[in-house]
Amino acid sequence: MTALLEIENLSVALKNGPRLLRSVSLRLDRGEVRGLVGESGAGKSMIGKAVLGILPRSAEVVEGRILLEGTDILTLPPAERRRRIGRIAALIPQDPLTALNPSHRIGPQITDRLVDILGWKREKAEARALELLAEVNISAPARVMRNYPHELSGGMRQRILIASAFAAEPALIIADEPTTALDVTVQKQILKIIAGMQARHGTALLFVTHDLGVVSKVCQSLSVLYAGKVLEDTQVADFFRAPGHAYSAALLAATPKYTDPEGSLMPVGPEVLAAVQAEVDAADREWRHV
Amino acid sequence: MSEQSLFRVEDLRLSLPDLVGKSFVGLAARIEILRGISFTIQRGKVLGIVGGSGSGKSTLARALVRLLEPTSGRIVFDGQDISHLDEQALRPLRRRFQMIFQDPMSSLNPRRRVKGIIAAPLRLHGLTGIDRRVDEALDHVGLPRGFRNRYPHELSGGQRQRVGIARAIALRPEFILADEIVSGLDVSSQAQVLRLLEGLVAELGLTLAFISHDLSVIRRLCDDVMVLRAGQIVEMAPSAEIFAAPRHSYTRGLLDAIPLPTLDQPGWN
Repeated sequence: MTALLEIENLSVALKNGPRLLRSVSLRLDRGEVRGLVGESGAGKSMIGKAVLGILPRSAEVVEGRILLEGTDILTLPPAERRRRIGRIAALIPQDPLTALNPSHRIGPQITDRLVDILGWKREKAEARALELLAEVNISAPARVMRNYPHELSGGMRQRILIASAFAAEPALIIADEPTTALDVTVQKQILKIIAGMQARHGTALLFVTHDLGVVSKVCQSLSVLYAGKVLEDTQVADFFRAPGHAYSAALLAATPKYTDPEGSLMPVGPEVLAAVQAEVDAADREWRHV
Repeated sequence: MSEQSLFRVEDLRLSLPDLVGKSFVGLAARIEILRGISFTIQRGKVLGIVGGSGSGKSTLARALVRLLEPTSGRIVFDGQDISHLDEQALRPLRRRFQMIFQDPMSSLNPRRRVKGIIAAPLRLHGLTGIDRRVDEALDHVGLPRGFRNRYPHELSGGQRQRVGIARAIALRPEFILADEIVSGLDVSSQAQVLRLLEGLVAELGLTLAFISHDLSVIRRLCDDVMVLRAGQIVEMAPSAEIFAAPRHSYTRGLLDAIPLPTLDQPGWN
């Protein structure tokens, strides 16, 4: 069966500059939840941006393919590419405050996309929005549709963005650190809502996060990244038993864990960092020679 | 003879004008942020202050080092009531309590080199031997002395936070207030900065108040933990006790909400 998303050998580079993604390959099946894990600068958000066709202007794809439902979106003309991505994929962004337009009411911010891009009738879009707001546990959806973003809490805004991402029943959602800005108790609610929606709708998720704790709660598989290179591609159940790469093991040992104060928060050793950097350098030398 | 507790706080209250809800004319209504807080910090101890956003943890911290003036109640530092001292009277005390901020990118002057950043408070307090003190501070935080001439933008996040720590300890304070100083860092540098702080507390005999929203980080570093909610103390107890058996359901909820990096955590499925 063709994968929902298959990224093959994707390299993204700054124009005339170094590579930000280094020959990344990964596969996501329908309904699968995959974590993209790494520290800042590892390129995890960049993968999501490449799939959604929203790479910054300063970056470009220099090699590789991105197959969405079997079609390489990089070969499509821009208008068709946007339509295709818009029909298959959606985004849950990191910062619920900047992702919503402060001067517009919530309602149109959910429905406009359905009307303008997918050609739905406005009544159908509004009914759908109300349905989804209820599904993310918003108690007075009709009133919230008329609210402005500043009238709502951070957790409410993030739930609205989740509802909005699921509205058009996309096959793929990219969640880019969706709970990083939230308190732990709110984070737990939001993660449970995302997991519940994902299971009910059968949506595949690419879950970008730096938090291995979050990965262990919501993902089935994960890719560990360092400097734009995939170091390890594994199942969550295997990873937390025994990480397959020295760097991922160090990352796991550095993650704080209140149940194990002495055995967690271990600094990543310089020898581990030197080894992983050497791996990246070797990959770069090989790449230049091809 | 100085008393055992470095800080003694009694029924501390602090309200600020509500500028968001203020009407166009007239005085703004005041919001009560701290609502009657009492506790002590013993010398040489590390106190963790935890709570959700809006719980008042940063306001409490800023009141302790008198960046804010309390509305009522008392803050006693080393036997002296500092609740309402004016800036001039505070000046000699400021050397003794220092602060490390959350975001080193905005708390370090981008136009000054590392040596200038660390030297500024030393000059302000009229100290001599500044070059030597700067070098010592860099040694303490494990940065090469060659970093004196670098600018903040030339450093990584973890290195910048080390400069923030170096600036705070260069004055040889007795008390340091650290406000969410690792929350912006990657886990690998987070671990390093915490280890460093742990070492400095022991080596320099510091008393530390460590504000964080991350209970796992607090568990590692702190002797005692204060849990704040809506400007009041929910509970305060030795770290080992609170983590083994929290007495308050709010604390229990905070602990249960932390996604631990394990597969078999109850309450998550």
